[in-house]
Amino acid sequence: MSDLLLNLALILVKLGLIFAVILSMAAYLVLAERKILGRMQLRHGPNRLGPFGLIQPVADVIKLITKEDFVPDQSDKWLFLFAPGLTALTALLSFVVVPFSPPLAIFGRELPMVVCDLNIGLLYFLGISSLGVYGVVIGGWASNSKYSLLGAIRSLGQLLSYELSMGLALIPVVLTAKSFSLTDIVMSQADWPNLVRHPLAFLIFLVSIAAESKRTPFDMPEAENEIVGGFHTEYSGMRFGLFFVGEYINLVILGSMLTVLFLGGWHGPLLPPIVWFSLKVLFVAFCFIWARGTMPRLRYDQLMHLGWKVLIPLALLNLLVTAAVLLALKG
Amino acid sequence: MASILFYILGFVMLAATLLCVTCRNPVHAVIYLVKGFFALALMFYLLGAPLIAAWEVIVYVGAIMVLFLFIIMVLELAPREQPQEPGWQRWVPGLLLAASIMICTLLIIFQDPSAASHGPNHFVGPREFGEALFGKYALAVEVVSFQLLFAAVGAYYLGRYQPRRRNEEDQT
Amino acid sequence: MGIWRDIKGTLLPFWITLGYLFTKPATIQYPEEKRTPPPRYRARIVLTRDPDGNERCVACHLCSAACPVDCISMQAAETEDGRRYAAWFRINFARCIFCGLCAEACPTLAIQMTPDYEICNRDPLSLVQEKEDLLIDGCGKDEEYNFYRHSGIGVVNPRGGNEDENAPVNPKALVP
Repeated sequence: MSDLLLNLALILVKLGLIFAVILSMAAYLVLAERKILGRMQLRHGPNRLGPFGLIQPVADVIKLITKEDFVPDQSDKWLFLFAPGLTALTALLSFVVVPFSPPLAIFGRELPMVVCDLNIGLLYFLGISSLGVYGVVIGGWASNSKYSLLGAIRSLGQLLSYELSMGLALIPVVLTAKSFSLTDIVMSQADWPNLVRHPLAFLIFLVSIAAESKRTPFDMPEAENEIVGGFHTEYSGMRFGLFFVGEYINLVILGSMLTVLFLGGWHGPLLPPIVWFSLKVLFVAFCFIWARGTMPRLRYDQLMHLGWKVLIPLALLNLLVTAAVLLALKG
Repeated sequence: MASILFYILGFVMLAATLLCVTCRNPVHAVIYLVKGFFALALMFYLLGAPLIAAWEVIVYVGAIMVLFLFIIMVLELAPREQPQEPGWQRWVPGLLLAASIMICTLLIIFQDPSAASHGPNHFVGPREFGEALFGKYALAVEVVSFQLLFAAVGAYYLGRYQPRRRNEEDQT
Repeated sequence: MGIWRDIKGTLLPFWITLGYLFTKPATIQYPEEKRTPPPRYRARIVLTRDPDGNERCVACHLCSAACPVDCISMQAAETEDGRRYAAWFRINFARCIFCGLCAEACPTLAIQMTPDYEICNRDPLSLVQEKEDLLIDGCGKDEEYNFYRHSGIGVVNPRGGNEDENAPVNPKALVP
């Protein structure tokens, strides 16, 4: 019984820690994105509040909380109110399976540095990431606005087209690690990261997660110059903030998934594992911001074309070749 | 304990499906169905098949229901103008279902936080599942995949672009 | 090769934006850094004086007629020697669009634009400036010009007595 309670307490502590870290990271990623985008466009970005604008996230939160929480007339009120929470929640839930450091030995107990080391952690991640679209879609539909509906439809189509290639790109990784558990996948990359072993799968996964998290160049669901704000057109105040924060939590999650699956997780010379892990996550996040500062938005038919006619056949081919090579090596 | 949870979840699933069938608003129906799938996934987990539970969520909730929603929204099947709601009563069944699924999940977690012991039931891991699927039932899997291929080819045939026939229609 | 062109076209922009990331921003951070506007910048309007220290304005109303937003108003008056001046002269800077038409219209170079652009204020009424606020002690852009030394009624010199001025024509005389 005490063992059970200890386990529970450990899980709660880890959950709380991760919750705090992820939320503050998301808040500061917003600032980082604004600063980096600003510098890429020869501006300064926010720099009024505190040194280098470091208090800006706090000010943003205060502004969002004190704004009016507007519910449009004729909207599906309850769904409208629930949807933003769904987005932020699903984004947060994914982090449960991400291992950020090798297991620690404390008080003679092996303490895994992951909230819950599921043996099907990868499938859990896939499931939760595909659930994330529900918040967007239901929010967009419940707003009773044509722009929101268009944004919702776009994000649905995008998710449907890119989830397949994402899943297919992950199978070679699972084949080499021989496990769905993310800890085992990181362990299998001790010699060299999966980036070297599966470069094509890495590229496909990179493009797919960019599309799935609605990052530029795939940010059609919230394309400002076509459909106002997309699915969050009608949202204001902290509900808009939840959508916004959910997007940046997603950025952290996808960065850590990319790190775990392809960049070798916590493995790295000299520095402690957790530092390596955070560095890699931040680097991936920077790359996504960099892409936002660089690339124009795709057209919608180009997006569908890329997903169905390029990425999925490539992913299937990659899977076939990888499986054949592994079989040949084995037998 | 597990069997009680199983029956509760079964009831929740049936109720959700019933509400889905009787619901007039297609988007609400999809949400009820999603709840039913969650209950079903939990039932699979209780039966010792976490892999199937995960696939229930990934495939049915994450892909097929999303496809349903996509079609509902593209065809604008959902009523655009919401009737003035009678208030919170309409939301009681949905909230009750969601709350019971939530409570069942929490109970399962509290029963076995680290998922170390897999209960009295036989536990099927990914490896055994894969061996069974592609060993014992390989023929069935192949037949089903052929069926899906036929369906895909048929759908392509029905939905392909027919410029010639359209011209003929224009002439007549 | 199409594919190499595509890869280059995808990756080169990344290199360029990375370069911009390490370039100094073009922004001038206004309250701390101020740019010096060029001398002919059109901002605050002033009334100048001639080299003798008298007001240049002769209250001809041309500026207020030229003003597209009607922000200039004045009252004309005359001294005993016939010199015209503005009894009061008012510019409403809350309405002024700084188009410079008044300065172009002014025959005596009295009204001029200056580069002083920091005139925003929370109280719009304080932007209505009177002659005392507008008059400066200098001559503004043209330091030598003195209207009454070139033309006009005999205030400084008798009529026709200015160096580049002909004697007044007698309209009643028949001889050309």
